[in-house]
Amino acid sequence: MLEVSNLCVNYGAIKALHSVSLTVGKGEIVTLIGGNGAGKTTTLRAISGIVKPASGSIIYDGRPLATLAPHEIVRLGLIQAPEGRGIFPNMTVAENLELGAFTRNDRAGIEADREKALGLFPRLRERIEQNAGTLSGGEQQMLAIARALLARPKLLLLDEPSLGLAPQIVQVIFQIIREINAAGTTILLVEQNAHMALKVAHRAYVLEVGRVVMQGPAAELAASDEVQDHYMGRKRAGH
Amino acid sequence: MDALAVGSLYALIALGYTMVYGILKFINFAHSDVFVLGAWTAYRAALCAGWTNDGVPEPIARWVLWILGLIAAVGLVLAVVGRTVVKPPPGALGQSGPARAGSTLLAVGVWGWACVGLVLLARVLKAGGMEYVAGGVILLLAMGTCGVVGFCIERLAYKPLRKAPRLNVLITAIGVSLLLQNVGQLDWMFGTQPARMPSLVAQDKPLLTILGTPNADGSIAGGVNVWLVDVIGAGTAIILMIALDRLVFQTKIGRAMRAVSYNPTTAALMGIPVDRVISFTFVLGAVLAAAAGFLYTQKYPGLLQPATGTWVLLGLKAFVAAVVGGIGNIRGAMAGGLLIGLIEFFGVGYVSTEYRDVYVFGLLIVVLLVRPSGLLGKAVAEKV
Repeated sequence: MLEVSNLCVNYGAIKALHSVSLTVGKGEIVTLIGGNGAGKTTTLRAISGIVKPASGSIIYDGRPLATLAPHEIVRLGLIQAPEGRGIFPNMTVAENLELGAFTRNDRAGIEADREKALGLFPRLRERIEQNAGTLSGGEQQMLAIARALLARPKLLLLDEPSLGLAPQIVQVIFQIIREINAAGTTILLVEQNAHMALKVAHRAYVLEVGRVVMQGPAAELAASDEVQDHYMGRKRAGH
Repeated sequence: MDALAVGSLYALIALGYTMVYGILKFINFAHSDVFVLGAWTAYRAALCAGWTNDGVPEPIARWVLWILGLIAAVGLVLAVVGRTVVKPPPGALGQSGPARAGSTLLAVGVWGWACVGLVLLARVLKAGGMEYVAGGVILLLAMGTCGVVGFCIERLAYKPLRKAPRLNVLITAIGVSLLLQNVGQLDWMFGTQPARMPSLVAQDKPLLTILGTPNADGSIAGGVNVWLVDVIGAGTAIILMIALDRLVFQTKIGRAMRAVSYNPTTAALMGIPVDRVISFTFVLGAVLAAAAGFLYTQKYPGLLQPATGTWVLLGLKAFVAAVVGGIGNIRGAMAGGLLIGLIEFFGVGYVSTEYRDVYVFGLLIVVLLVRPSGLLGKAVAEKV
């Protein structure tokens, strides 16, 4: 469904990505893990068309994305829920959700999807007329995901949905990510929380300073020593 | 009443400054020139439509038709060629570059023809005795023309600088302002001589007088005179402001505008075509400035030549209104405009006419000292 090959991105003179390649198949949850500055968010930004790659190709549903503007990519059903608090704090929850459905004109379909999204996140329904800026961190993250769902994604890109959230809320969010996937949406999940990400994902890539250093089925990676040491906080004797 | 009428005009102009600032974070110095363009366009159109100062109506110049025809024809050719011959690059959505440029030119040309049509319509309406309706048509014409000009300014001057440092855009804006002023002075545009706008709303005595003391002979001394032109001016301005407020806060495009103003990147991730929203904002600002220009000519028919400092001062006061209200804040700009008008005219009426500009800029200083983010502005913490 998504095929990224040899993607390089530069920020001025700084190379953020050196030749990243990854694929996401239909119906999968694929996760991209790695530390701060590994290039996870940059990869997502390149896929969404916000930063232009220096070289390499991104092919989605058989169509190269390089020439498309971000809003055109959204129209293809490739939706990103941006990192952290990528919501509009000066608008109400309802308005944020309506912005999610910006590209759509089918009133009835939007209404149905809105109900579905609010069903997943009942907390949002309680706060529907509140300014999004007054929500808690977890609720803002829920709003970001719900808003992305209103765009009817075929491929959903999630950027660090667990960032800065309390463990119980992270549990809730990941449970919902599973449900969204079970309902048929393909997901590319970027996470620092490797523990949770590897639990929900089918496959995983490990990114380090702009390169893919490991890849494979999530369960295998979760069991490997390197991942355990570097990303899941296991302490071995002598370390 | 003067205060309300002029204040609402300040508010209309201030809206253009504040909307553009809200989205692009730069001050569009060319905005006051669009206002002047609106005033002069209205003057020209009024002459063509048959209003006169000296009894000789001005014909619609033939070369205008030729140029409009040419623009429309070039646009048509480009649009057709762009759609049939030139293929868009593989994978791209929508139209090829020439097709888009063609559509734009075509739109400009068609608008030009529409203007000619509107002038003729105004002429017929005026001849038929419906002068108010004809005046409304002239207003629409000035608004539309400035809208098109505003669109072109943004496309040609500001859009190529979208990723450049803000200072570059600011300097470009000053350049655009000088360009508009000097083109406006050319003989075939508006010339270097002042003109007199014929009054579309004829009147020789006030509509009514509030708080006056009737004299023995039935005339009224003192009090507040309410002139029809002020009522129409303030009324139109307020209707436009209400319409804008509803547009921004209750429609999809308005939500898109607010989203882009908060964060263009996140807005693009919602599928909002950011560049188109920015163009739309510019057009809205220009349209409102044109309306203010037209209404201004009705209140003060002496039209100065396009590059005079008085126009700049007016634009500056509107800018002050935007800052006083909190730059980037639409309702703030409206309130700021009215406040500036009130302060200016009450100062003139009760203290001294000599210091009329001092009140306005004095208020600016006070507001900046006490509430630097403006009356309705929110303090913005610098992001670290």
